Amino acid sequence: MKPRLTPAQKATIFSGINLFVTLMVVLQLWLLTATMNAWLGGDSTVVWPAMLASLACFVINLWLLRRLFYLQEPGG
Amino acid sequence: MNPSQREREREYPDGRPHSEQPRWRQDFPIDIPDDAALARREFTKFLVLTSGAFAAGQCWIAVMSQLQDDKPPPEKRIAAESDVLPGGVIEFRYPTDHDPCLLIRLGDGRLVAYGQQCSHLSCAVIPDPQQGQLRCPCHNGYFEINEGRPIAGPPRRPLPRIQLKVIDNIIYATGVELRTA
Repeated sequence: MKPRLTPAQKATIFSGINLFVTLMVVLQLWLLTATMNAWLGGDSTVVWPAMLASLACFVINLWLLRRLFYLQEPGG
Repeated sequence: MNPSQREREREYPDGRPHSEQPRWRQDFPIDIPDDAALARREFTKFLVLTSGAFAAGQCWIAVMSQLQDDKPPPEKRIAAESDVLPGGVIEFRYPTDHDPCLLIRLGDGRLVAYGQQCSHLSCAVIPDPQQGQLRCPCHNGYFEINEGRPIAGPPRRPLPRIQLKVIDNIIYATGVELRTA
């Protein structure tokens, strides 16, 4: 049986997830501005890789959010 | 979790037990860790929503890049060579009537043409051949006139360059070159 996490442990995990999600969002913002700049400048080669990278970040963020909800459940 | 268990797990910011807390805090006991966790969770939810918006923006760019017409625009007559004196400027529209452009004859006699919309927020740039620059009055952006590259202010991309050719002293626009640097 998995030992229950203490509130302090949960708080640490929460902070870690928050930090990671924040970093991913900043990365996505950079990707969006860089892609927009390249596309408006006539360079479309980065558009699809950047879209895939941004979608991957979003999926990871969604998964982390799900983990966060799971952690808050009574048995989490 | 029963109330006594919850009581044991309750943590206050000053670290003192529940019985030593001020009266107002005893009257309105807030489960501090739960409260903090909820705030963090809401914050993360907002971040993930923002992340989704950025991903949607990327998808929009990808779709628009597919819909873009890559065919080169047709040639268009702009002016006779003799119409543009050194330091002179002629306005024209290319490739459509919604795309204002500038034809400039530099001091050394060379002809250059740029899209007139600033690469920052599309305000019309004002040519100043004497100073060797084009100025965007909206946010004080400056472009040098020889290549159309940004030299000051918020613009980061050069102005679109209009490709020119001269046949029998008539100047034609033959294409638009978008540039990132």
